[in-house]
Amino acid sequence: MAETGQMKVEKQIVLPMFKAIQMSYQSIQIRLGRSIITIMGISFAIAFLTSIFSSIAINGALLTKGPEYLQARLSGGVGIKAQQIWLMSLSLLVCVVGITNAMLMSVTERYREIGTMKCLGALDSFIVKLFLIESAFQGIIGAVAGVIIGNLSMILISLIKYGGIIWKVFPWLSIIKTGMIAIFFGVILTIVGAIYPAYRAAKMVPADAMRKDE
Amino acid sequence: MPAENVVRTRGVTKVFRLGELSVPALKGIDMEIKRGEYISIMGPSGSGKTTLFNMIGGLDKPSEGRVYIDEVDVAQLDAYELAWLRCRKIGYIFQTFNLIPVMSALENVTLPMVFAGMSADDSREKGVALLSRVGLGDRVHHKPFQLSGGQQQRVAIARALANDPAIVLADEPTGNLDLNTGKEIIQLLKTLNREKEVTIISATHDLKMIDVSDRIFWIRDGKIERVERRADIELEVGTVEGQ
Repeated sequence: MAETGQMKVEKQIVLPMFKAIQMSYQSIQIRLGRSIITIMGISFAIAFLTSIFSSIAINGALLTKGPEYLQARLSGGVGIKAQQIWLMSLSLLVCVVGITNAMLMSVTERYREIGTMKCLGALDSFIVKLFLIESAFQGIIGAVAGVIIGNLSMILISLIKYGGIIWKVFPWLSIIKTGMIAIFFGVILTIVGAIYPAYRAAKMVPADAMRKDE
Repeated sequence: MPAENVVRTRGVTKVFRLGELSVPALKGIDMEIKRGEYISIMGPSGSGKTTLFNMIGGLDKPSEGRVYIDEVDVAQLDAYELAWLRCRKIGYIFQTFNLIPVMSALENVTLPMVFAGMSADDSREKGVALLSRVGLGDRVHHKPFQLSGGQQQRVAIARALANDPAIVLADEPTGNLDLNTGKEIIQLLKTLNREKEVTIISATHDLKMIDVSDRIFWIRDGKIERVERRADIELEVGTVEGQ
């Protein structure tokens, strides 16, 4: 019994979370150009999503609490339109495809690195972990940037359209709430986009990885 | 102490499929390698030496036949045990060095120790000691691109020794190095082979390797053409010179 216990302790192969995060961070840093393009893709999609959320929130606030002339102007409907849902879904879908593509390229670029890690004793799950953490990083940065861009641009447009009056009724709470939702969406979508590339990377036979030239 | 077989292969064949075509790379390899030996696998490119090397390293599985490492059949291992084997039992050295570009020399050397579950302090200490051993004690924080080819290969050697493996596999370790640097690397490998009693198996066509090898396996067309002992070669050279 004692011996099997000993074996279990001895036969461990681990990648501590701290180390994985550090490695993913380094990896983004060295490929900063590529990462920024991926991050921009995410942030544009999330900015679009946020701008729609935020315009609904601002218009809704004006409709209920704003001056009468604006209420009359907005009574036509401030809710979400079918067309907007359609556009939103489409932009998010394009974003996921973009992330998958970028991550697949990054896998191809790193065949040798992945193969080397496997030779050093990395399990498939380490490779998956590294790729998912990397894309989660990109997702968080992209989504936060997207939420800021989306909100700022919508506030600017509303200011031009309705004037300073919007500050009196500004729906802080729902802007923050929808911002959170958008960030959550952004991160989830990025990770979803990275699942297939990460799986492909992990399933690679190390000998194949070594054979690839450059 | 009776020398044990650290590597043993029985009737290993490997067939690669290229579409409709099947290309036999290995046609039945039987070999035994004892602990602490320095082995060179020599042969022209396309002879199957890299394929054989990958089999011994557990990087690829044979189409038929068996590969035993420390008397364990590699084919019987699951993915987890195979990773453990690669991490603890085998150190790899490659022609193209294959350091992880984003990591410093020290991080490269300690990575296998991290996988093996060693604490950060212990692995740092051991990593620095290994890098000093290969003559890079003053370059532990350099990134691979800040090091010359020979220095990168030294880091790779230190990394291969990270978890005190039984075997170090070197695939053309001098292939990307100039003559003198190549000699230095071969000397370093030989010294470590003696010092640490680690078995070194090197696939190469660098004739400089013959000097330090205990045995040389000549591979041609996927078969072992002949096995030479260094003692025999020295004798031959002596005879030639005596004429």
